[in-house]
Amino acid sequence: MKPSDHTTSLPASSLTARLGPLLELAGGKHALVLGGFSLVATLLLAVAYGLTKEPIEQSALEDLRHSLEQVIPASIHDNNPAADTARLQINGVPLLVYRARKAGQTTGVAFETSRKGYSGEIRLLMGIDESGKLLGVRVLKHTETPGLGDKIEVSRNDWITRFTGLSLGNPPEAQWAVKKDGGPFDQFAGATITPRAVVNGIRDGLRLFASHRQALLEDAPK
Amino acid sequence: MSQTKDILVDGVWRNNVVFSQMLSLCPALAVTSAATQGLGMGLATLAVLIASNALVALLRGLITDEVRIPAFVLIIATLVTIVDLAMNAWLHELHKVLGLFIPLIVVNCLILGRAESFACKNSVALSALDGLAMGAGFTLALTLMGAVREIAGSGTLFSGAAMLLGPAMGALEVRIYPGDGALVMILPAGGFIVLGLMIAAKRTLDARKSAPRRQAATAANATSPVATAS
Repeated sequence: MKPSDHTTSLPASSLTARLGPLLELAGGKHALVLGGFSLVATLLLAVAYGLTKEPIEQSALEDLRHSLEQVIPASIHDNNPAADTARLQINGVPLLVYRARKAGQTTGVAFETSRKGYSGEIRLLMGIDESGKLLGVRVLKHTETPGLGDKIEVSRNDWITRFTGLSLGNPPEAQWAVKKDGGPFDQFAGATITPRAVVNGIRDGLRLFASHRQALLEDAPK
Repeated sequence: MSQTKDILVDGVWRNNVVFSQMLSLCPALAVTSAATQGLGMGLATLAVLIASNALVALLRGLITDEVRIPAFVLIIATLVTIVDLAMNAWLHELHKVLGLFIPLIVVNCLILGRAESFACKNSVALSALDGLAMGAGFTLALTLMGAVREIAGSGTLFSGAAMLLGPAMGALEVRIYPGDGALVMILPAGGFIVLGLMIAAKRTLDARKSAPRRQAATAANATSPVATAS
């Protein structure tokens, strides 16, 4: 914009009148249209974000509680595992642990683990009791091929439920693999990579539990 | 009234987004590994398209020609983002199922294509109708492709319909034959094969129908809008 020594003292209307032709020349009208649209769009998005922030957080919490309920049976705890959390550092990686307690005693834990699947990360939530036995595993998020790899979702197939009750010694650690790799777990027709990733992910989670059992179960003495 | 009929026939069949305009092929190939998925993407797009067409038509007086494309993109992106946020907040169950498709709609050139070639030149009512017709055509194309791929590839039809459309639609879920089908059909290659076959089928049908008045058909083809790259 051309600086002018008089503009500051002039009323706004005559300022636009003076600058009008200049704006027109520089395509300013289009800039104003686009700028106006951007402004309105930004405002609308800000309002929508503000209005929806809380309900979205609520539903995310609700989802988490629902997933936790599936991997930690109600019979083993009298607390709310979604709120009873501990942030640990395992080998430099942060890990959020949900603890199930009964009468103050830790009876089990749940935590997330992830593994690369056929197309992107597969995030698992696994519940393990204090002896290292799997209470349940659920897939939280994945981007596997619809109709093929998505059989790992409990709503589509009960495949994921067969891990309940297993542990690192049952089957033996070396045999934690899909049938194609010599293990006892079924793969799906046409999809080996996805179930393999889930089996390996669960095995990794069990290993993590075995090697950091104390830290996962109990808070470090203060 | 004949204009209404024209818009409807154009959108659903004659000038079908996928089979004739060859627009939005990316989502058409990506989500049609099962009929339910195709239907879900189609319905989500249909809803957004009606709203975006109406909005663009409403604001068409304000938008100057030179900046119309960025303005349309802005309108569509804002609309879709708000729909995404609102669904996540208040229709959370539905969002969990359709949520996957919604970001795909922003980059869907069908929406921008209709804003550019129809909504910015027509009234709000006609634009909404065009959105309905084009969206219905898109839904039809995706559901058809999904159905063929699912039957050939998985041996089922509309599996997971109850999850997407509510328990009442569970009756749609059918197993056509036991066992798994030809795996290639649910992989990306199957998408291309089915798309190719369906385009060929539509052209054959159209040619047969218009054979007696080929002259008219040639003229109509020449004036149909040129498809932009997807």
